[in-house]
Amino acid sequence: MKLPAFGYASPSSLSDAIALLAAARGTAKPIAGGQSLIPVLAFRLAKPALLVDLRNVPGLDRIRIGADGVRLGAMVRWCDIEADDRLRCAHPLLVDAVSHVAHYQIRNRGTVGGSLAHADPAAELPGVAVACEAELTLMGPQGSRVVSASDFFRGALSTVLTDDELIVEVRLPAWPNSRRWAFEEFARRRGDFALAGIVAFYDRDASGRATNTRLVAIGTAQYPRRLRRAEAALDGSPVDEQAIERAARAARLEVEPASDLHASADYRRSLVETLAERALLEARARADQAS
Amino acid sequence: MNEARSIRFDLNGKAVQIDVATHRTLADCLRHDLLQTGTHVGCEHGVCGACTVIVDGAAVRACLMLAVQADGARVTTVEGLASGDRLSPLQTEFRRHHALQCGFCTPGILTTAHALLTNEPDADRPRIREVLSGNLCRCTGYVPIVEAVYAARDAYRSERGTDS
Amino acid sequence: MTARESLETSLVGSPIERLEDAALLRGRGCFIDDVHEQGMLHAAFLRSPVAHGRIRAIDTSGARALPAIRAVYTAHDVAKFAKGSVPTIPLRLMSSPELVPFEQPVIADGKVRYVGEPVAMVVADTAAEAEDAIEAIALDIEMLPAIANRRATVAAETLLFEKHGSNVAMHYEAAKGEARAQHTPYVRRERFAVQRHTAVPMETRGLLATWDGASARLTVKGAAKVPFSTRRVLAKCMELPEASIDLVELNVGGSFGVRGEFYPEDFMVPFAARTLGRPVKWIEDRRENLLASNHAREMDCELALACERDGTIVSLEGDVWVDAGAYVRASASIPPRSVAQSLCGPYRVPFVRITSHLALTNKTPTGTYRGPGRFEAEFFRERLLDMAARELGIDPVELRRRNLVSPTQLPYPLPTMTSPERRSELDSGDYAMALDRCLAEIGWRDKAALQGRLIDRRYHGLGVGCFVAGGAAGPRETARIMVEKDGSLAVYVGSASVGQGLETICAQIASDALRVPLERIRVFHGSTSYVSEGFGSYHSRSTAMGGSAILVAAESLGKRVREAAAQRFACPREDITLGPELRAEHGGRSLALAELAGDGLSAEEAFSNAHITYSYGAAAAHVAVDARTGHVDVLDYVNVEDVGRVINPLTAVGQAVGGIVQGLGGTFLEHLQYDDDGQLLTASLADYMLPTASDFPNVRAVVLEHARSPCNPLGAKGGGEGSIAPVAGVIANAVASALVDFDVQPRELPLTPQRIWELIHDRERTTGSVR
Repeated sequence: MKLPAFGYASPSSLSDAIALLAAARGTAKPIAGGQSLIPVLAFRLAKPALLVDLRNVPGLDRIRIGADGVRLGAMVRWCDIEADDRLRCAHPLLVDAVSHVAHYQIRNRGTVGGSLAHADPAAELPGVAVACEAELTLMGPQGSRVVSASDFFRGALSTVLTDDELIVEVRLPAWPNSRRWAFEEFARRRGDFALAGIVAFYDRDASGRATNTRLVAIGTAQYPRRLRRAEAALDGSPVDEQAIERAARAARLEVEPASDLHASADYRRSLVETLAERALLEARARADQAS
Repeated sequence: MNEARSIRFDLNGKAVQIDVATHRTLADCLRHDLLQTGTHVGCEHGVCGACTVIVDGAAVRACLMLAVQADGARVTTVEGLASGDRLSPLQTEFRRHHALQCGFCTPGILTTAHALLTNEPDADRPRIREVLSGNLCRCTGYVPIVEAVYAARDAYRSERGTDS
Repeated sequence: MTARESLETSLVGSPIERLEDAALLRGRGCFIDDVHEQGMLHAAFLRSPVAHGRIRAIDTSGARALPAIRAVYTAHDVAKFAKGSVPTIPLRLMSSPELVPFEQPVIADGKVRYVGEPVAMVVADTAAEAEDAIEAIALDIEMLPAIANRRATVAAETLLFEKHGSNVAMHYEAAKGEARAQHTPYVRRERFAVQRHTAVPMETRGLLATWDGASARLTVKGAAKVPFSTRRVLAKCMELPEASIDLVELNVGGSFGVRGEFYPEDFMVPFAARTLGRPVKWIEDRRENLLASNHAREMDCELALACERDGTIVSLEGDVWVDAGAYVRASASIPPRSVAQSLCGPYRVPFVRITSHLALTNKTPTGTYRGPGRFEAEFFRERLLDMAARELGIDPVELRRRNLVSPTQLPYPLPTMTSPERRSELDSGDYAMALDRCLAEIGWRDKAALQGRLIDRRYHGLGVGCFVAGGAAGPRETARIMVEKDGSLAVYVGSASVGQGLETICAQIASDALRVPLERIRVFHGSTSYVSEGFGSYHSRSTAMGGSAILVAAESLGKRVREAAAQRFACPREDITLGPELRAEHGGRSLALAELAGDGLSAEEAFSNAHITYSYGAAAAHVAVDARTGHVDVLDYVNVEDVGRVINPLTAVGQAVGGIVQGLGGTFLEHLQYDDDGQLLTASLADYMLPTASDFPNVRAVVLEHARSPCNPLGAKGGGEGSIAPVAGVIANAVASALVDFDVQPRELPLTPQRIWELIHDRERTTGSVR
């Protein structure tokens, strides 16, 4: 499974990188960590004429935390997120979700931008991004644009990125301390892609009832989407057993998973309900600890 | 399109300079261009971990890196773990615990464990297992490997602070 | 000094560190892809993209036009070389005329019968360029319907081999007892199925062939397991004398039965080397390995167990269907025979009639994988025993105790196999003792209260199973011991190393037998130039057979040393005594071995064995099942096995633990899945799931030396394949116990979370259409 031949460039500026992509007219691919792209090339599922390596482009590997939330540069690696202690408080959901990504060696090279651009339906970060209504900054020959996570993904392995565009940064909105959250996924082995996963969080209003509930399932559709009916089932409730069960059942009805090699649609639906219930119980338990 | 680049990097403490095709993986470059065959190739799609090497202090899959991406880096392979004729403490524990049978996955596990213990000499068994879950072994069933890595911690604790 | 007398244990039985390790730990092993030879070319194979079809045309012009391409070969070229017809690969063991029509040609010849079948071979300057060239070959295949399951095999609307008239290659029968009992109070009929999975060693296959035209010698590096047999087949295909072919064994990255048998590439690569006059290397990539190396284990059965009311077994009858894939390859005759003969295990079964059927499908051909037929048989039988026990209201452990063959009943006849006829008997052992030890290890009595209990969201269950594992197949093995000039010893043995620590075991045995320290012994193995005849490593035979051959050779060497010393001392041989390190002494005078070395001292002997010897034991597991996801956590798994004689406890336990984890992989994770068109859907390690370090941390093995084997001077029963066999049965029994409230009865593997969830939620799954 040797790689097919390709040209290679490692530009030292973002504009050079974009110019190379534009000039190649769709025959070039950007390479970040390579953890998703190189296997694709090894199986000869793609044969780009040119790889544009982003390793020398400065300024893409910063993690900035401020009033508007957490900004992750596209070249931030999973291990950088693990190593940044500020994130434990600044965005605990991100840290937890990222702990499920792949394996030790992959985490030393795999990047935020790479994961979002690759858009695997079972990947963790896209699910977190959609749940949080994150904003992606894209840069192309015409300049930059900001796309919300829910508009970014179009299908399995498919996004709105054009051939000459790069993800520069993703911004996760500021995370309130009082938020109740959980991330639950079910995979065959540690580090495998999830057969199904749930990103869940909610805030509380003055009377302690759930508000701003977010429920996103991964691995159960072409791309992650908020389960709005399930969210509505929890909003306004005191987050008791009945409300949690109602929301979990609603989540099960709302997803439309496909059957594939690894799991049937029925089984995935059942997983969604189980994981949603367990996630919400866990989120609520977090509440009890905090108060 | 079959381009070649000249790259320079530090391999196990020695400077190397070599011309490589741009689509050559780091694994193939090490094995077939530099004839350091200790790093093994088991799948070429980033799953088995046999090809793990240490690049700038981090354990990475050499089959998922292009050789040209190692330009300017510091690379450690299994050949760089022992000093002269003496096996490293980690290698010694592997031998003591019978943590290898056919030996094919072993280099990748040694480099991974070395990187782990260098950065986390207090890693407990669950952490060791978690990190090693990215390295496949078909012979040992993993139990003696985890014990060997656990037993090697002492040597890394006393060397805390030293570069890998 | 007899072989038996020489076994004053010092190294034999010691957990010494392995001799192999230092080089391997340094990354200084030499595996086949580590070898670089001057002028070496690289081969790659175009493999059939369809499961069944007639080859209309192969247009290689696109590949030939590429600058780095040295040659492209198809069946046309091979047939020309081989005087008109493409050679086929014969069976290595248990051959019979019925199977000859189904042998695989060394390259697709007119038809393709499985996805992955080699259709053309390209030889290029580099491996990457060879792979590029493969894509430039245009293949025109008239597609035929694919037979992807047993129903289609039997319906025979399409035939894989038109001349044959059926897709069933062979039937085997295991028979015991004369007359079936007229009426038994209890009969339980069940159907079970085991999925297709296989060995997947971490090193893929590879070969480097060199032809020396001047001396007309062919050297092939990368041999494994059975190099002497491979050489025999290659010599015939190449029309060369065996003596002009050397098969060289290097470091081998695991075999588990799958590496080393004769494959198409074992002819094609040497053929290219001979035709081009340049060394040719071929390294299988992982996708090829999953597609083209032997598959295994796919079987389904219908069985009937008859008992008295008190659980005493009266008979076991039924049929087993083995999905052999598209051709009958070198070791394909073993699994159907072995499953039939292993169904009784260590239990008394007065009447047995089992028919196994070797069925062909348009899938990758199959062969032996660690514990072939036994993993399947253990699953079928141990499940059946637990189901019967429950229905009869008998404790499952008690049911087993009642039926285990007792020591006074040994030797106990096993069912006789047909075609060819083979009789065997359980040789020695205390099966109940092993069961008791196993139950004690897992804490069965203390944990009995946990059966079926829901604790912390999970249902707990325990399961148990008993097994025997045949080993040390004959007919022979050869060892040669040579005295080097400095008095050190070179031990050559016909056994092959597949990573199991063979060098260390052999050195320990030789060291004890000759009373020469380990540092003065070097062991060489596997390569055909080392001994005049060899059989290799399979059926857990290298310790019992190779080790025993070393003992015989050691005894013989002792005689030669005394003869040489007697000549020097001018006295009768009987008057010479041998001290430590083979120092020859007579009346105050002595000669060190180094002083006699110039006499060219060596001894080569073969050890013959006609009796299979049986290791035996029991295994138990404690599991916790999440009924909502179907996930099973193996909280504890223990295997107890009596291997008769342990040469090195470290390696013996190491093998056992490795076998358990492979068995757990086969039980839960591993599945070579095909679609209805015969396409393999799991052709990468991302989809074919192997156990990792975090999956099964709680496994342990106990190795006993209780009942020596009566079949060889070491008393060794062979221990490499016992622990894998009982895993699926034990786990499935534990899961059934855990989920007793849901009346879950696993009958099919793998026990994926989804399958368990479906069993709980009562989704019907048929066992008839097994893929």
